Amino acid sequence: MEKKRVYLKGNEALAYGALEAGLNAYFAYPITPSSEIPETLAKEFGNKKYPDYKFFLQSASELEAINMVIGAASGGARAMTATSSPGFSLKQEGLSYAAAMELPFLIADICRSGPGLGNLGPEQSDYFQATKGGGHGDYHLLVLAPATVQEMALFPRIGFDLAFKYRNPVLILGDAFTGQIKEDVEFPEFTPDQYDTSSWATTGAKGRPPHIINSLELDYEKHFKHIGRIFEKYMNAEANDVRFEEYRTEDAETIIVAFGIVSRIARGVVNKLRSRGIRVGLFRPITLWPFPKTQLKKLASEGRRFIVVELNTGQMLEDVKLAVGDSVTVDFLGKWGGIVPTEAEIESKVTRLEVAAV
Amino acid sequence: MSQLALKVKVGKLESLTETPTHYCAGCEHGTLTRLIAATIDDLGIREKTVMIDSVGCSVLACNYLNFDHVVAAHGRAPAVAAGLKHVRPELTVFTVQGDGDAASIGLLELIYAAKRATPITIFLVNNAIYGMTGGQMAPTTLEGQVTSTTPFGRDAHLTGTELDVAKLISGMDGASYVKRVSLAVQELSSERGKVYTIKHLLEAKKSVENAFKVQAHGGFAFVELLSTCSINWKMSVLDSKRFVYDQMVKKFPLGLYKDSFGVEKE
Repeated sequence: MEKKRVYLKGNEALAYGALEAGLNAYFAYPITPSSEIPETLAKEFGNKKYPDYKFFLQSASELEAINMVIGAASGGARAMTATSSPGFSLKQEGLSYAAAMELPFLIADICRSGPGLGNLGPEQSDYFQATKGGGHGDYHLLVLAPATVQEMALFPRIGFDLAFKYRNPVLILGDAFTGQIKEDVEFPEFTPDQYDTSSWATTGAKGRPPHIINSLELDYEKHFKHIGRIFEKYMNAEANDVRFEEYRTEDAETIIVAFGIVSRIARGVVNKLRSRGIRVGLFRPITLWPFPKTQLKKLASEGRRFIVVELNTGQMLEDVKLAVGDSVTVDFLGKWGGIVPTEAEIESKVTRLEVAAV
Repeated sequence: MSQLALKVKVGKLESLTETPTHYCAGCEHGTLTRLIAATIDDLGIREKTVMIDSVGCSVLACNYLNFDHVVAAHGRAPAVAAGLKHVRPELTVFTVQGDGDAASIGLLELIYAAKRATPITIFLVNNAIYGMTGGQMAPTTLEGQVTSTTPFGRDAHLTGTELDVAKLISGMDGASYVKRVSLAVQELSSERGKVYTIKHLLEAKKSVENAFKVQAHGGFAFVELLSTCSINWKMSVLDSKRFVYDQMVKKFPLGLYKDSFGVEKE
């Protein structure tokens, strides 16, 4: 991959982005619509351009893949796997363990329609599973939601940085659209940070006491403290690593809240309605966890109205309502089953809310 | 035999911590822990060894064996071991797993580690029961054997017969070393009455060592170790040892199933 503009699918961009971010090991299991990620990484294995890229293996199951990632991450490697919704359900066991074991790695979920097999169309219906833990026990993933192929290429860098900063798995939550669309991408020059893993990685107890990477703690007091310490990390992430984008919100009376691919449709709606003099803006969470609740709360305190648009039956909607409180109007437009809302549908939702407010 | 006996060190081992084990009286898990520690000391590889602990009675081994550990989810130890070994090939990586862990919930992980010739070492403690959870039927529970979930004896028509894991794994072309040994002392009759032999223990020690040597050669090694669980079998310790030789070895024949590198002859 030359450092120039290239025309790539979102999934391919994510794969190259991971390589540019210094990926060491990838553990694959194929599932539509995410399979171009392992296909690209299989093809690039051995490419001298990526000297850090030491291992690629297609596993026999989603469970095997995530547990191989756990093993590789235990050794201090930059490890990654990717999947799509039904596979993401299977990953939950490993993610719960990894959060408790404080292991840094990257996982992508190219969300498709659910529940069950659903279909191959885009949805954002894994939002709850992505942001609320998903597996058993108290934990969070740090969740990045790209909206463009360019962001699919750049988010692995941010993802590995966050993963090693907090020693916690980081999820890139895309969807069938961000994975499958082709767009121009640039890969700016980038030297991956070196992460110091010497205080915890299981590399052999030479000249130091053994490192034990473990989620089991039978002593209740010790376990209470362990989980408390993990939640201190999460509070740090909430204080320091919330990402969001605001578009034409300064004087907006109505703010569309949307993430990922939906935010791009909403942006078009904002431009159209602005040209008609309607004061509407877009608020786009980039980190779905930690969720930008403080910023939304501030906008709410300024008397704005909100419309949440998602590819599900109303999942992020709950977080928006929690952030802005009961005294603010929060409307909702959801599409699911692989269907995305048209600009006209969002427009009509915004204008109806404008009329209702008059 | 006497040469072998000399190889089993007594006293303090560098690879053992001072922590007393939680294993029940008569259980062979502690025996295996010591055999592994002695072997790692003998081979001088403690500082480049990582054990992947599994879920079951071996889950607390990280408190007893004095090197790095990763504690895996139930059944997933071979996958975790593979992931680590592939990014840190200089390490010696091994698992100790029970029959429930390796032969039931984690059978896929075990089979594929063998099939792919993953250069790791796996020790399977086969005591024909789920020990940690209180004595339920395992894949290796003998036909007719009473457990808490087969109170009238294992019904082969419903649950199948016991799974011969060593035989299964020896069928994987990627497996280089497959052996089944026993960790139980054996009662023998002699002119002077009953005597107890530890010859199986010495064979087990040799197999543990060979299994690590195979990994050093780049191969996949699997050792199944027949063990007792007198608490959950609801037998005396002595009756448990007898059960191994009267019943278990008939279904799980001891011996070498595979040795592609010829380490047994070294």
